[in-house]
Amino acid sequence: MLNWRSQRVRAWVYQIAFIAVLIALVGWLLHNTLGNMRMRGIQSGFDFLLDPAGFDISESMFAFMSTQTYGQAFLVGLLNTLRVSCIAIVICTLWGTLLGIGRLSNNALARGLCYAYTEVFRNIPLLLQLLMWYVVLVELMPDTETPLYFGDWVLLSKEGLALPWIMSEGLTLSPEFLALTWGLTLYTSAFVAEVVRSGIQSVPIGQIEAALSIGLSPWQRLRLVVLPQALRLIVPPLTNQYLNAIKNSSLAVAIGYPDLVSISNTTLNQTGRAVECIAIVMAVYLTLSLLTASAMNYFNRRAALKER
Amino acid sequence: MQYRASTLLPARQPPLQNTRVMQWAKQNLWGTSVSAVTTALLVLILLWSIPSLLEWSVVHAVFSANADQCQAARDIGACWGVVAEKYRVILFGRYPFDAQWRPLLATLVLTLLLVASCLPVFWNRYLAVAWASIWLFFFVLMGGGKWLGIPTGLVYIPTDQWGGLPLTMMLATLSITLAFPLAILVALGRQSTMPAVRSVCIVYVELVRGVPLISVLFMASFMLPLLLPTGTSPDVLIRVLVGITLFSAAYTAEIVRGGLQAIPRGQVEAAYTLGLGYWQTQRQVVLPQALAHVVPSLMNNFIAIFKDTSLVTIVSLYELTGALGLAVSGDPNWRPFKLEAYLFITLIYFCICFAMSRYSLWVERQVSHR
Repeated sequence: MLNWRSQRVRAWVYQIAFIAVLIALVGWLLHNTLGNMRMRGIQSGFDFLLDPAGFDISESMFAFMSTQTYGQAFLVGLLNTLRVSCIAIVICTLWGTLLGIGRLSNNALARGLCYAYTEVFRNIPLLLQLLMWYVVLVELMPDTETPLYFGDWVLLSKEGLALPWIMSEGLTLSPEFLALTWGLTLYTSAFVAEVVRSGIQSVPIGQIEAALSIGLSPWQRLRLVVLPQALRLIVPPLTNQYLNAIKNSSLAVAIGYPDLVSISNTTLNQTGRAVECIAIVMAVYLTLSLLTASAMNYFNRRAALKER
Repeated sequence: MQYRASTLLPARQPPLQNTRVMQWAKQNLWGTSVSAVTTALLVLILLWSIPSLLEWSVVHAVFSANADQCQAARDIGACWGVVAEKYRVILFGRYPFDAQWRPLLATLVLTLLLVASCLPVFWNRYLAVAWASIWLFFFVLMGGGKWLGIPTGLVYIPTDQWGGLPLTMMLATLSITLAFPLAILVALGRQSTMPAVRSVCIVYVELVRGVPLISVLFMASFMLPLLLPTGTSPDVLIRVLVGITLFSAAYTAEIVRGGLQAIPRGQVEAAYTLGLGYWQTQRQVVLPQALAHVVPSLMNNFIAIFKDTSLVTIVSLYELTGALGLAVSGDPNWRPFKLEAYLFITLIYFCICFAMSRYSLWVERQVSHR
């Protein structure tokens, strides 16, 4: 019976009303969008992906020319995003763990320095840090003719970092790539350090005392007793930091590194297909987030407490 | 025989050993061989870096707004003159020079209320009234001109000339204020037993959390005009505010949900037993407890949003970071000293964010002591 006093009936009515309002809202927005697009003469559809891009990309993991398609340009952007995020994630894990352990060191100087590092890098906007590193790299470094030498293997100049011994023609990393990777790594490390520190601190002191009393060395204590228990609490927030690092790599657009967002921006300005370009970027980031999250969930299941 | 002392023994001194500086230093600096080596290495690094840093930033630095002196000291000293020369543009953007007392006053009042809101003494219903009136005051003072048909006696300044620190503060605070009610609704929706409501809330939260803020901002600035009826094109400031609000609402909702999950079921059941309805239960029983739990996380979220407002410079609004570009990039005399100008606003950001993070720790202790 349809009785207003029944909770089930009310739930149904509320939900139908909610969905109806939502559909009306989406319909209205869609109607507006179609009307606006007709008026401004904007075409829609993803067919533009097959048109020639007509712009050059300063760095790419495969040879890219302006005659190639927008679709391929997006692929270049995706690979550039992945390259920066992967390197940043690997280094920030190592550096962040070191800093996190350093904050619990019994050496006061190490403790203080690690604390200062995390507070300074966490409390300054990443965008500002990237812009500063970029200024340092392109304006304060020496010219290409007189680079800074680190041994004979590494040359640093306004043009970036050159590693002439890799392969036959050598490897040059652009200042944009360096500023982005370096800034992103230092920023994320500060957050990883906090995650690691709070994870380690959550291990009960009795566990460490027990390890001491059975005569484990400091290294054994860390590897066999502390880390396995701390990992359980570290992995979920660490996953969040990895996801943040991937998303933050999109700040590349501010210093002109051709990542996915910056390529999509150029494409958007050239073709006017705002909806499609933004949809592609969102879809890619969602996919990357889901992939990372599920990989880390797999790892988390292995680290989680195995109860009998 | 008397086994009892006839006089009172003098009290012994407390063990001084543990409080002595040398004892502390021994334990914390060279307690073990590893510790001693670490100390030696770090001291060497500090001895090597601090003097050259001081030399650059103080000894050889130029403090006056003199571009020639700065040029002369270029490679050996910092040029803080760039700050002395450009601080008005950095702090207030393109806001007309003669009217800059308005953003200054507006920011001061906003800061004052922000600080007041941080003190538990002021956590009552009048705070909401205060915030509502402060926003009215802020926009009237910044915008001037006619407000609802009533002339304010101030020159009208369009929003595209607003900039610098007032804009940063306003974007961060207003978007959080607007996002908060939305976040509570979404968090409650995500906990709801109604599958349609729950799934819509989940999709919203996960969709927004999965993409970077910059793409949300692009979406707000490119797509909002498309989504609204033909012919309406909202101000860039409003578009950006909508973007940041929708973005931060998703993150805030997750924090609020964490608080909701910490409330034992018994609380809700007890409220229902008393005959309270759903909204009464949430408003009077669940939310006050849940929100008290998550004040530190909310504060951290606020810090994150505050830092994130720097991204609006990419969609051409001149808040602190953008105003700096405006001030220095176009001027060939001062362009070489961009780094010093960056360090100046870095200091501003750091002071504000660090103060907020210390506050968040303080609140955390307050909450856990209760």
